Amino acid sequence: MGIKGMRNEDFKDNESLDLLRESGANILLTSIDDVINWGRKNSLWPLTFATSCCGIEMMATGAPRHDFARFGMEVYRASPRQADVIVVAGTIVNKMAPVLRRLYDQMSEPKYVVAMGACAISGGPFFLNSYSVVKGVEHVIPVDVYVPGCPPRPEALLYGMLQLQRKIETETIRSRKKRSASHSEKKSQ
Amino acid sequence: MSADNFNLEESIRSFDGDAIVTEGKQFTEITVHPEKLMALAMFLRDNSEMGFDFPACVSGVDYGNDLGVVYHLRSTKHNRTIVVKTRVSDRQNPVVESVTPIWPGAEYHEREIFDLFGIRFTNHPDLRRLFLDNSDGYPLRKDYSDDVNIVTK
Repeated sequence: MGIKGMRNEDFKDNESLDLLRESGANILLTSIDDVINWGRKNSLWPLTFATSCCGIEMMATGAPRHDFARFGMEVYRASPRQADVIVVAGTIVNKMAPVLRRLYDQMSEPKYVVAMGACAISGGPFFLNSYSVVKGVEHVIPVDVYVPGCPPRPEALLYGMLQLQRKIETETIRSRKKRSASHSEKKSQ
Repeated sequence: MSADNFNLEESIRSFDGDAIVTEGKQFTEITVHPEKLMALAMFLRDNSEMGFDFPACVSGVDYGNDLGVVYHLRSTKHNRTIVVKTRVSDRQNPVVESVTPIWPGAEYHEREIFDLFGIRFTNHPDLRRLFLDNSDGYPLRKDYSDDVNIVTK
């Protein structure tokens, strides 16, 4: 077990994170960002949203053995208004797509999307010869982190969620605004 | 599929001489002409030796040229399952009589088959599409094509 590609030490490597920081070198802004990002990343509440077998793995991730409450994701919210992150766990079909879009739109900023599993990434096993499956959830909502697998093990989802936390660390409040503006543009297109 | 199934096959043959009764991998299978389907269904339900009172599954099949309907029938009385198959060769207007008056449980199965294969069931009480819109065609047919949604190799 264990996830290849990123060692534990790498998670503590904050120098490379600094390179990714969007705020640049503005000292005042970075300090504010640090505080805000710290708060955001350590209380990522996921939306209870699962359309197939990946959902079972997501539940396993939340259950005591893997327990992603350790990282501040303990509370699954049944309402999109109270959720920060939507884990798209499973196949999205054309009929489901408008519902997913609406759920995403109902979430309040800042909001994040994790595409979990092959179906959410690209349609996966349903990519060829399927009349009903959306070939990647990116067609419907913007994705922050992709977690491959069919379904991904809980460790993999956990890893993806930690990557999301790292991504949040690099944000600045200004880019967040830009981001949400670009999203609503995308929607209106 | 033991000695008692032998009786089953014999009595079906004696009821309908044209029906082809074969021993499938799992169940005894009866292939019947669509026009004789209703009579056979009534016989399978009402004959006390048969007692097939539960349509466990009704499915549509596209055989390439023919369209077919496959009924998995279950007898709760004798604890047996039997498969009834029927085929129609008219792809433009495939019509099979509905078994919903005999087994009400078949209603939604038949609606789904109508939705995905376009097989019309006569005497069905409420033959509407189950999931899709009228513009969607019949996507589980082999000759279905959709350039927008379907990616082919």
